[in-house]
Amino acid sequence: MSLLDYFKTTKPNSAKAAKERLQILIAHERNARNQPSYLPALQQELLKVIQKYIKVDQDAISINFDSDDEQETLELNIILPDHTDS
Amino acid sequence: MARIIVVTSGKGGVGKTTTSAAIAMGLAKKGHKTAVIDFDVGLRNLDLILGCERRVVYDFVNVINDEATLNQALIKDKRCNQLYILPASQTRDKDALTKEGVGKVLEELSKTFKYIVCDSPAGIERGANLAMYFADDAFVVTNPEVSSVRDSDRMLGILSSKSKRAELGEEPIKEYLLLSRYDPKRVKLGAMLSVEDVQDILSLHLLGVIPESQSVLSASNAGEPVILDENSDAGQAYVDIVERYLGEDKPHRFIDEEKKGLFGRLFRS
Repeated sequence: MSLLDYFKTTKPNSAKAAKERLQILIAHERNARNQPSYLPALQQELLKVIQKYIKVDQDAISINFDSDDEQETLELNIILPDHTDS
Repeated sequence: MARIIVVTSGKGGVGKTTTSAAIAMGLAKKGHKTAVIDFDVGLRNLDLILGCERRVVYDFVNVINDEATLNQALIKDKRCNQLYILPASQTRDKDALTKEGVGKVLEELSKTFKYIVCDSPAGIERGANLAMYFADDAFVVTNPEVSSVRDSDRMLGILSSKSKRAELGEEPIKEYLLLSRYDPKRVKLGAMLSVEDVQDILSLHLLGVIPESQSVLSASNAGEPVILDENSDAGQAYVDIVERYLGEDKPHRFIDEEKKGLFGRLFRS
Protein backbone atom coordinates (compact mmCIF):
# COMPACT_ATOMS: atom_id res chain seq x y z
CA MET A 1 0.00 0.00 0.00
CA SER A 2 2.75 2.44 0.95
CA LEU A 3 4.63 1.45 -2.19
CA LEU A 4 1.52 2.22 -4.22
CA ASP A 5 1.26 5.62 -2.55
CA TYR A 6 4.84 6.30 -3.51
CA PHE A 7 4.10 5.70 -7.17
CA LYS A 8 1.01 7.86 -6.97
CA THR A 9 3.15 10.91 -6.19
CA THR A 10 4.72 10.64 -9.62
CA LYS A 11 1.32 10.79 -11.28
CA PRO A 12 0.06 14.10 -12.63
CA ASN A 13 -1.34 16.27 -9.89
CA SER A 14 -5.10 15.79 -10.07
CA ALA A 15 -5.83 18.45 -7.45
CA LYS A 16 -4.20 21.02 -9.72
CA ALA A 17 -6.41 19.95 -12.60
CA ALA A 18 -9.45 20.18 -10.32
CA LYS A 19 -8.54 23.70 -9.26
CA GLU A 20 -8.01 24.90 -12.82
CA ARG A 21 -11.28 23.41 -14.02
CA LEU A 22 -13.15 24.94 -11.10
CA GLN A 23 -11.65 28.38 -11.55
CA ILE A 24 -12.72 28.53 -15.19
CA LEU A 25 -16.15 27.08 -14.53
CA ILE A 26 -16.95 29.25 -11.53
CA ALA A 27 -15.78 32.45 -13.22
CA HIS A 28 -18.11 31.60 -16.09
CA GLU A 29 -21.04 30.76 -13.81
CA ARG A 30 -20.60 33.90 -11.70
CA ASN A 31 -20.63 35.97 -14.86
CA ALA A 32 -23.82 34.29 -16.05
CA ARG A 33 -25.39 34.79 -12.61
CA ASN A 34 -24.90 38.54 -12.80
CA GLN A 35 -26.44 38.85 -16.21
CA PRO A 36 -29.90 40.32 -16.57
CA SER A 37 -32.56 37.65 -17.04
CA TYR A 38 -33.79 39.19 -20.32
CA LEU A 39 -30.50 38.44 -22.07
CA PRO A 40 -31.36 35.07 -23.71
CA ALA A 41 -34.68 36.42 -25.02
CA LEU A 42 -32.98 39.56 -26.30
CA GLN A 43 -30.42 37.43 -28.09
CA GLN A 44 -33.14 35.36 -29.78
CA GLU A 45 -35.10 38.40 -30.92
CA LEU A 46 -32.02 40.18 -32.23
CA LEU A 47 -31.11 37.05 -34.15
CA LYS A 48 -34.55 36.98 -35.77
CA VAL A 49 -34.28 40.60 -36.86
CA ILE A 50 -30.82 40.08 -38.32
CA GLN A 51 -31.90 36.90 -40.09
CA LYS A 52 -34.61 38.88 -41.84
CA TYR A 53 -31.93 40.76 -43.74
CA ILE A 54 -28.82 38.63 -43.63
CA LYS A 55 -28.35 34.90 -43.82
CA VAL A 56 -26.59 34.13 -40.55
CA ASP A 57 -26.36 31.01 -38.38
CA GLN A 58 -27.83 30.56 -34.93
CA ASP A 59 -24.43 30.95 -33.36
CA ALA A 60 -23.41 33.96 -35.43
CA ILE A 61 -24.53 36.28 -32.70
CA SER A 62 -23.15 36.56 -29.21
CA ILE A 63 -24.15 38.85 -26.40
CA ASN A 64 -22.02 39.76 -23.43
CA PHE A 65 -23.05 41.68 -20.41
CA ASP A 66 -20.41 43.21 -18.16
CA SER A 67 -20.73 45.45 -15.20
CA ASP A 68 -18.38 47.17 -12.80
CA ASP A 69 -18.84 49.98 -10.31
CA GLU A 70 -18.70 52.59 -13.04
CA GLN A 71 -20.86 51.29 -15.84
CA GLU A 72 -22.70 48.41 -17.45
CA THR A 73 -21.77 47.31 -20.93
CA LEU A 74 -23.81 45.29 -23.37
CA GLU A 75 -21.58 43.89 -26.03
CA LEU A 76 -23.12 42.55 -29.20
CA ASN A 77 -21.11 40.54 -31.70
CA ILE A 78 -22.44 39.48 -35.08
CA ILE A 79 -20.34 37.44 -37.41
CA LEU A 80 -21.40 38.15 -40.99
CA PRO A 81 -21.06 35.51 -43.67
CA ASP A 82 -18.17 35.84 -46.14
CA HIS A 83 -20.43 36.75 -49.09
CA THR A 84 -23.52 38.82 -48.72
CA ASP A 85 -24.78 38.40 -52.29
CA SER A 86 -28.55 38.10 -52.37
CA MET B 1 -32.47 39.18 19.53
CA ALA B 2 -31.16 35.85 18.34
CA ARG B 3 -28.48 35.30 15.76
CA ILE B 4 -29.71 33.01 12.99
CA ILE B 5 -27.11 30.67 11.47
CA VAL B 6 -27.83 28.62 8.36
CA VAL B 7 -25.73 25.52 7.72
CA THR B 8 -25.82 25.07 3.98
CA SER B 9 -23.90 23.57 1.07
CA GLY B 10 -26.04 22.95 -1.98
CA LYS B 11 -24.62 19.46 -2.36
CA GLY B 12 -25.82 16.58 -0.23
CA GLY B 13 -23.72 14.35 1.98
CA VAL B 14 -21.03 16.90 2.78
CA GLY B 15 -21.81 17.07 6.51
CA LYS B 16 -24.51 19.70 7.00
CA THR B 17 -26.45 17.79 9.65
CA THR B 18 -23.28 16.61 11.40
CA THR B 19 -22.14 20.24 11.47
CA SER B 20 -25.51 21.60 12.61
CA ALA B 21 -25.66 19.14 15.48
CA ALA B 22 -22.05 19.80 16.47
CA ILE B 23 -22.11 23.59 16.42
CA ALA B 24 -25.53 23.80 18.07
CA MET B 25 -24.26 21.59 20.88
CA GLY B 26 -21.01 23.57 20.98
CA LEU B 27 -22.79 26.92 21.32
CA ALA B 28 -25.12 25.51 23.96
CA LYS B 29 -22.22 24.09 25.93
CA LYS B 30 -20.69 27.56 25.93
CA GLY B 31 -23.77 28.64 27.85
CA HIS B 32 -25.74 30.16 25.00
CA LYS B 33 -29.37 29.11 24.71
CA THR B 34 -29.49 27.51 21.28
CA ALA B 35 -32.22 26.04 19.09
CA VAL B 36 -31.43 23.84 16.13
CA ILE B 37 -34.07 23.39 13.43
CA ASP B 38 -34.26 20.63 10.84
CA PHE B 39 -35.48 22.13 7.54
CA ASP B 40 -35.33 18.83 5.67
CA VAL B 41 -39.08 18.18 5.65
CA GLY B 42 -39.80 14.62 4.57
CA LEU B 43 -36.24 13.46 5.19
CA ARG B 44 -35.73 14.24 8.85
CA ASN B 45 -32.37 13.19 10.25
CA LEU B 46 -31.14 15.78 12.71
CA ASP B 47 -33.09 14.03 15.50
CA LEU B 48 -31.17 10.85 14.78
CA ILE B 49 -27.77 12.54 14.80
CA LEU B 50 -28.66 14.21 18.11
CA GLY B 51 -30.04 10.97 19.54
CA CYS B 52 -33.54 12.23 20.29
CA GLU B 53 -35.44 10.40 17.55
CA ARG B 54 -37.69 8.59 20.02
CA ARG B 55 -38.72 11.79 21.74
CA VAL B 56 -40.23 13.46 18.67
CA VAL B 57 -43.93 14.13 19.18
CA TYR B 58 -44.63 17.33 17.29
CA ASP B 59 -42.56 18.89 14.55
CA PHE B 60 -41.76 22.11 12.69
CA VAL B 61 -44.74 21.79 10.33
CA ASN B 62 -47.13 21.19 13.25
CA VAL B 63 -45.97 24.47 14.74
CA ILE B 64 -46.31 26.33 11.44
CA ASN B 65 -49.84 24.96 11.01
CA ASP B 66 -50.76 25.82 14.62
CA GLU B 67 -51.34 22.16 15.42
CA ALA B 68 -48.87 22.42 18.31
CA THR B 69 -47.18 25.18 20.22
CA LEU B 70 -43.49 25.81 19.88
CA ASN B 71 -42.94 24.66 23.46
CA GLN B 72 -44.69 21.38 22.74
CA ALA B 73 -42.54 20.71 19.69
CA LEU B 74 -39.14 21.75 21.04
CA ILE B 75 -37.14 18.85 22.44
CA LYS B 76 -34.81 19.72 25.29
CA ASP B 77 -31.48 17.98 24.99
CA LYS B 78 -30.69 15.58 27.83
CA ARG B 79 -26.96 16.32 27.85
CA CYS B 80 -27.08 20.10 27.73
CA ASN B 81 -30.00 22.10 29.11
CA GLN B 82 -29.24 25.07 26.84
CA LEU B 83 -29.94 23.08 23.66
CA TYR B 84 -33.34 22.58 22.06
CA ILE B 85 -34.20 20.70 18.88
CA LEU B 86 -37.07 21.42 16.52
CA PRO B 87 -37.43 18.34 14.33
CA ALA B 88 -38.64 18.30 10.74
CA SER B 89 -41.81 16.59 9.75
CA GLN B 90 -41.28 13.13 8.35
CA THR B 91 -44.57 12.70 6.54
CA ARG B 92 -45.38 15.97 4.86
CA ASP B 93 -43.97 17.13 1.60
CA LYS B 94 -41.60 20.07 1.25
CA ASP B 95 -44.34 22.51 0.30
CA ALA B 96 -45.58 22.43 3.89
CA LEU B 97 -42.99 25.09 4.75
CA THR B 98 -44.05 28.65 4.00
CA LYS B 99 -42.07 31.87 4.26
CA GLU B 100 -44.65 33.36 6.63
CA GLY B 101 -44.74 30.23 8.79
CA VAL B 102 -40.97 29.93 9.06
CA GLY B 103 -40.66 33.65 9.76
CA LYS B 104 -43.22 33.40 12.53
CA VAL B 105 -41.46 30.47 14.22
CA LEU B 106 -38.05 32.15 13.98
CA GLU B 107 -39.44 35.36 15.40
CA GLU B 108 -40.92 33.54 18.37
CA LEU B 109 -37.68 31.63 18.97
CA SER B 110 -35.70 34.87 18.73
CA LYS B 111 -37.42 36.14 21.87
CA THR B 112 -35.83 33.56 24.14
CA PHE B 113 -32.89 32.03 22.24
CA LYS B 114 -29.41 33.42 21.64
CA TYR B 115 -28.60 31.31 18.60
CA ILE B 116 -30.85 29.56 16.08
CA VAL B 117 -29.11 27.02 13.88
CA CYS B 118 -30.98 26.14 10.66
CA ASP B 119 -29.97 22.78 9.21
CA SER B 120 -30.61 23.19 5.48
CA PRO B 121 -31.58 20.32 3.21
CA ALA B 122 -29.46 19.68 0.13
CA GLY B 123 -30.45 21.28 -3.14
CA ILE B 124 -31.81 24.72 -3.92
CA GLU B 125 -35.50 23.99 -3.47
CA ARG B 126 -37.96 25.50 -1.03
CA GLY B 127 -36.55 23.93 2.16
CA ALA B 128 -33.03 25.13 1.38
CA ASN B 129 -34.25 28.56 0.35
CA LEU B 130 -36.28 29.02 3.51
CA ALA B 131 -33.45 27.75 5.72
CA MET B 132 -31.18 30.52 4.42
CA TYR B 133 -33.77 33.25 3.84
CA PHE B 134 -33.80 34.69 7.38
CA ALA B 135 -30.13 34.00 8.18
CA ASP B 136 -27.62 36.42 9.67
CA ASP B 137 -24.67 34.07 9.22
CA ALA B 138 -24.07 31.24 6.78
CA PHE B 139 -21.83 28.27 7.48
CA VAL B 140 -21.02 26.92 4.04
CA VAL B 141 -19.98 23.29 4.45
CA THR B 142 -17.74 22.22 1.59
CA ASN B 143 -15.78 19.09 0.78
CA PRO B 144 -12.47 19.48 -1.06
CA GLU B 145 -14.01 18.05 -4.20
CA VAL B 146 -15.11 19.68 -7.47
CA SER B 147 -18.87 19.18 -7.31
CA SER B 148 -19.09 20.33 -3.71
CA VAL B 149 -17.05 23.49 -4.37
CA ARG B 150 -19.15 24.33 -7.41
CA ASP B 151 -22.41 23.84 -5.51
CA SER B 152 -21.11 25.95 -2.64
CA ASP B 153 -20.42 28.78 -5.04
CA ARG B 154 -23.93 28.43 -6.41
CA MET B 155 -25.24 28.62 -2.86
CA LEU B 156 -23.19 31.79 -2.24
CA GLY B 157 -24.92 33.37 -5.22
CA ILE B 158 -28.30 32.50 -3.74
CA LEU B 159 -27.30 33.81 -0.28
CA SER B 160 -26.30 37.14 -1.76
CA SER B 161 -29.35 37.60 -3.97
CA LYS B 162 -32.34 35.75 -2.51
CA SER B 163 -32.03 36.18 1.25
CA LYS B 164 -34.14 38.55 3.31
CA ARG B 165 -31.09 40.71 3.95
CA ALA B 166 -30.44 40.93 0.21
CA GLU B 167 -34.07 41.73 -0.59
CA LEU B 168 -34.23 44.48 2.03
CA GLY B 169 -30.83 45.87 1.04
CA GLU B 170 -29.46 45.26 4.54
CA GLU B 171 -25.94 44.27 5.48
CA PRO B 172 -25.28 40.98 3.66
CA ILE B 173 -25.23 37.58 5.37
CA LYS B 174 -21.83 36.81 6.86
CA GLU B 175 -20.47 33.79 5.04
CA TYR B 176 -18.01 31.33 6.52
CA LEU B 177 -16.26 28.33 5.01
CA LEU B 178 -16.21 25.01 6.85
CA LEU B 179 -14.06 22.60 4.91
CA SER B 180 -15.01 19.09 5.93
CA ARG B 181 -13.76 15.58 5.17
CA TYR B 182 -10.28 17.00 4.72
CA ASP B 183 -7.41 14.58 4.30
CA PRO B 184 -4.01 16.34 4.63
CA LYS B 185 -2.25 13.21 3.43
CA ARG B 186 -4.06 13.20 0.11
CA VAL B 187 -3.62 16.96 -0.22
CA LYS B 188 0.12 16.48 0.16
CA LEU B 189 0.04 13.85 -2.58
CA GLY B 190 -1.70 16.30 -4.86
CA ALA B 191 -4.78 14.11 -4.94
CA MET B 192 -7.11 16.49 -3.09
CA LEU B 193 -7.84 20.22 -3.29
CA SER B 194 -6.06 22.08 -0.48
CA VAL B 195 -7.55 24.64 1.91
CA GLU B 196 -5.79 27.37 -0.09
CA ASP B 197 -7.21 26.03 -3.36
CA VAL B 198 -10.76 26.11 -2.05
CA GLN B 199 -10.28 29.55 -0.51
CA ASP B 200 -8.79 30.87 -3.75
CA ILE B 201 -11.87 29.72 -5.61
CA LEU B 202 -14.59 30.66 -3.13
CA SER B 203 -12.89 33.65 -1.40
CA LEU B 204 -14.58 32.84 1.90
CA HIS B 205 -13.48 33.42 5.46
CA LEU B 206 -12.29 30.05 6.77
CA LEU B 207 -13.93 29.13 10.05
CA GLY B 208 -12.28 25.75 10.27
CA VAL B 209 -11.14 22.53 8.68
CA ILE B 210 -12.78 19.29 9.80
CA PRO B 211 -10.58 16.31 9.05
CA GLU B 212 -11.96 13.12 7.54
CA SER B 213 -12.53 11.06 10.64
CA GLN B 214 -13.88 7.71 11.76
CA SER B 215 -15.33 9.43 14.80
CA VAL B 216 -18.04 11.13 12.72
CA LEU B 217 -19.61 7.79 11.84
CA SER B 218 -19.18 6.47 15.39
CA ALA B 219 -20.87 9.60 16.71
CA SER B 220 -23.84 9.31 14.37
CA ASN B 221 -24.11 5.60 15.15
CA ALA B 222 -24.45 6.50 18.81
CA GLY B 223 -26.61 9.61 18.37
CA GLU B 224 -24.00 11.73 20.11
CA PRO B 225 -22.91 14.93 18.33
CA VAL B 226 -19.25 14.44 17.40
CA ILE B 227 -18.28 17.63 19.25
CA LEU B 228 -18.86 15.73 22.52
CA ASP B 229 -16.11 13.28 21.58
CA GLU B 230 -13.25 15.31 22.99
CA ASN B 231 -10.65 12.77 21.97
CA SER B 232 -11.54 12.86 18.31
CA ASP B 233 -9.92 15.19 15.81
CA ALA B 234 -13.28 16.05 14.21
CA GLY B 235 -14.75 16.81 17.63
CA GLN B 236 -11.86 19.13 18.46
CA ALA B 237 -12.17 20.77 15.06
CA TYR B 238 -15.80 21.65 15.83
CA VAL B 239 -14.87 23.00 19.28
CA ASP B 240 -12.36 25.28 17.53
CA ILE B 241 -14.97 26.33 15.00
CA VAL B 242 -17.46 27.31 17.70
CA GLU B 243 -14.80 29.24 19.61
CA ARG B 244 -13.61 31.05 16.47
CA TYR B 245 -17.18 31.93 15.62
CA LEU B 246 -17.61 33.38 19.11
CA GLY B 247 -14.58 35.57 18.48
CA GLU B 248 -11.79 33.62 20.13
CA ASP B 249 -8.44 33.60 18.42
CA LYS B 250 -7.68 29.96 17.73
CA PRO B 251 -4.96 28.98 15.25
CA HIS B 252 -6.15 26.62 12.53
CA ARG B 253 -5.43 22.94 12.99
CA PHE B 254 -5.81 19.73 10.99
CA ILE B 255 -4.55 21.41 7.82
CA ASP B 256 -1.19 19.66 7.86
CA GLU B 257 -0.59 16.04 8.62
CA GLU B 258 2.07 16.78 11.27
CA LYS B 259 -0.08 19.14 13.27
CA LYS B 260 -2.88 16.63 13.34
CA GLY B 261 -0.53 14.09 14.88
CA LEU B 262 1.89 14.47 17.71
CA PHE B 263 2.73 18.15 17.44
CA GLY B 264 -0.77 19.56 17.66
CA ARG B 265 -1.82 17.32 20.51
CA LEU B 266 1.25 18.07 22.57
CA PHE B 267 0.61 21.77 22.32
CA ARG B 268 -3.02 21.44 23.27
CA SER B 269 -2.53 19.81 26.61
